[in-house]
Amino acid sequence: MNVSTGVRLTLRTVALGYLFVLLIVPIAVILFRTFEHGLGQFWEWITTPAAISALQLSLLIVAIVVPLNVIFGVVTALALVRGRFRGRGVIEAIVDLPFAVSPVVVGVALILLWGVGGWFGGVESLGFRVIFGLPGMVLATLFVTLPFIVREVEPVLHEIGEQQEEAASTLGANGWQTFWRITLPAIRWGLSYGIVLTVARSLGEFGAVIMVSSGFPGISQTLTLLVHSRYIDDYNEFGAYAAATLLMIVALVVLLLMTLLQRTRKSS
Amino acid sequence: MRQRSRLPVLAALALTAVLVLTGCGGGSTDEPGGIDISTGTHHINLVAYAVPKVGFDEIIPAFRQTAVGSDIGFSQSYGASGDQSRKVARHVPADVVNFSVEPDITRLVKAGLVDEDWKSAAPYNSTPFGSVVALVVREGNPKNIHTWADLLKPGVEVITPNPASSGSAKWNLLAPYAAASSGGQDPESGLAFISQLVRDHIKVNPKSGREATTTFQSGQGDVLISYENEAIFLTKQNASSSASQQVEYVLPPVTFQIENPMAVVNTSDSLTQANDFLQWQFTDEAQHIWAEAGFRPVVPEVIAETADLFPGETDKIWTIKELGAVLGRGIDNGKDKTGWAAVDQVLFGAKGAITAVYDKGGSTT
Amino acid sequence: MTTTSPVAGAISAPPDTPKAVRKFNKGAGGVGPIGLGIATLWLSIIVLLPLAAIVFKSLEDGPVTFWQAVTTPNALAALRITVVVSFIVAAINVVLGTLVAWVLVRDDFPGKGFVNALIDLPFALPTIVASIVLLSLYGPDSPVGIHISATQPALVIALLFVTIPFVVRQVQPVLIELDRDVEEAAASLGANNLTIFRKIVLPALTPAILSGGGLAFTRAIGEFGSVVLIGGNIPRETQVASQYIQQQIEVDAPVSAAAVSVVLLVIAFVVLFVLRVFGSRASKREEQNR
Repeated sequence: MNVSTGVRLTLRTVALGYLFVLLIVPIAVILFRTFEHGLGQFWEWITTPAAISALQLSLLIVAIVVPLNVIFGVVTALALVRGRFRGRGVIEAIVDLPFAVSPVVVGVALILLWGVGGWFGGVESLGFRVIFGLPGMVLATLFVTLPFIVREVEPVLHEIGEQQEEAASTLGANGWQTFWRITLPAIRWGLSYGIVLTVARSLGEFGAVIMVSSGFPGISQTLTLLVHSRYIDDYNEFGAYAAATLLMIVALVVLLLMTLLQRTRKSS
Repeated sequence: MRQRSRLPVLAALALTAVLVLTGCGGGSTDEPGGIDISTGTHHINLVAYAVPKVGFDEIIPAFRQTAVGSDIGFSQSYGASGDQSRKVARHVPADVVNFSVEPDITRLVKAGLVDEDWKSAAPYNSTPFGSVVALVVREGNPKNIHTWADLLKPGVEVITPNPASSGSAKWNLLAPYAAASSGGQDPESGLAFISQLVRDHIKVNPKSGREATTTFQSGQGDVLISYENEAIFLTKQNASSSASQQVEYVLPPVTFQIENPMAVVNTSDSLTQANDFLQWQFTDEAQHIWAEAGFRPVVPEVIAETADLFPGETDKIWTIKELGAVLGRGIDNGKDKTGWAAVDQVLFGAKGAITAVYDKGGSTT
Repeated sequence: MTTTSPVAGAISAPPDTPKAVRKFNKGAGGVGPIGLGIATLWLSIIVLLPLAAIVFKSLEDGPVTFWQAVTTPNALAALRITVVVSFIVAAINVVLGTLVAWVLVRDDFPGKGFVNALIDLPFALPTIVASIVLLSLYGPDSPVGIHISATQPALVIALLFVTIPFVVRQVQPVLIELDRDVEEAAASLGANNLTIFRKIVLPALTPAILSGGGLAFTRAIGEFGSVVLIGGNIPRETQVASQYIQQQIEVDAPVSAAAVSVVLLVIAFVVLFVLRVFGSRASKREEQNR
């Protein structure tokens, strides 16, 4: 589709204008407030012991959540798109449900399930702390990030159709070879964006994690909890902005990495 | 080509990952160059509401300098009082708790985590510090706010957090209620005042004290009902804030005593140390530290010595005990209720009068 | 990855299954019944069980209490406001999000990569920071003279900020993979741009657009951290359902909180289901047309 220059410029202006007002200006404000006192101050506040622990914890949660979501997310997307079974609509709606659940409710639900006196509360007596421990935070993050990879991969699977995979299987490739050589490369952009969104969402998750975290700095405070604590408890606005900027930087790095990996694979 | 451009990227990533994830550099202090307070043979987990953090930041290092506290490491968790209390009830590791309102400790008594006689376990009902309800206004007090009646002047917008979303916010409304109802003797006048306040002068409902302060500082409203220690803190911050964020505060002539109790959790591993910490709060040194941080001390000698840290004349400071005694007469099937139990049932519970005012209130401005 | 991994096991059917049965069990490249089983188990543990716990909690005191809890005037108002505002937000996202995705994929301008990188950032931001910044930009002290705090438009702005990535990131990968040959063929046959867009591009994008719109809607109905501060939390005007739920928890009315949560859940489920049905009908038509 070759669009005329006039139309192209109009579309571009509208899109960029919308993004400018809604996205660029707020982010610019955050960055301005973070760096207006200089890089030194910023560095100081993101290298306090509590901040480093918070970064480590956030990244640890991401490191657990992303691979799990990639594996199960791709399997779910394949089952939904390529599978032939009844009740597909119901399962697809279930996959989307985590979005509809307010973070407060996620926290409450997990506590009802895994907390003291909850359905699986007995797990505490085995010495295994879920709520107020790392597993609780991982479960909360898994809940809120579950839809992304499935959602991103599904439309792409629809779009590319089954022809190539059918061709491969008639040529004798087994399921695994078909997946690794044909399906996976075809869904890579969807998978990449899914991973980027999963990482961004995990980093930014607050409402559910604050309920299932014990909140002790250096031990169970993620970066978002640190931002919140700095602003609310410490009145340390600047520290809060600095940590928030750190979160955005990490999300950006992940995006750049995924794009870079896509580009290098494409060029090969 | 592929090998070359991928390798340095992956190498850098791996290096960063190793550095960050191998746990180097972590800790619990959140200040550049701050001192670490987490080391020691014994350990105390302090779970508190958000407001006293500025105090504990001074108290804990001082405690660790004393003989009894020298070998105790601390972890501190802060948050909204109700949320923190619920967490402790669900067995978040805690040794000492400090909440904004007594019902948050009563919840733990019911859960069996705090002894029933916790009030007598330490002096002054186990409440080492407190505050009073104050009115924060813009620098220069342009709308001339000095009393509760001034809040009802036309065109005055009042910011106070919603008591439904923040238990700590109940104190803010008890002050005008007690003032207008003479300590509960005239409940109708008290309610009339609150109704008018909510109906005509309260527009936004921040969900916590801090959000209320942020809303006020962003330009909304003319008066912020707040704790005196928060007001002191905000005026101290004026030196570094922009002109539009500068504030001052006024003590209304009739206000309310805010009591923030502290208790030891009886399932603690460090019971002795936790008790030592609690008892130490009532020493001269600790009381002075609380006063310097803006919290009213409870030991009479220290109150006298630090009186100039709390400017402002008040005619009457109502207490929850007085109000509860009046409101609680015969409300429990003929029996009396006292203190917070009475106040909560009459004013803030599901069928409470102030709850009803808020439910019907909304905004008509 | 070795062939003993669960994914591999799920994908390849046992070798002695007759070819006809194999084709029946899964589409080419699909995962078969084991894969479906794994997916279901995963969904159950992570999503369904916690939600079941909420549903049980909401019915703890009986269905009458449930009904009473969700029909108080404030609860109904909060639900109504939430649904209306979220719908508006989703609609705006559908149009402008698709436009942004189009511009990011099909257009080229200096700084495009930079803009593309920014799209996900609202996601990574803690809600408290987003809300403070939006309040300072569009509240009483606004440097640009826009004073919309404590109004419903403020809710829309705050929710747009946190839902921008949805439609954009759903449509982008599909646009990237879109086969340009069909468009070029149509163009060479004399179709104008509008026709090509309407009959070729849009149908291909519809499942992604609907999906993204549905996600934006459902995310918006669950959001509260970023809207309370700028929205003012005025009951029956700007109080959203999730804030109402938080209040119920604070006043120790967990059953009421669970009840309203269940209603939100049902609304979301219905909307998503309907969008799914539309989406799959559209894509079936699309597949038939190929």
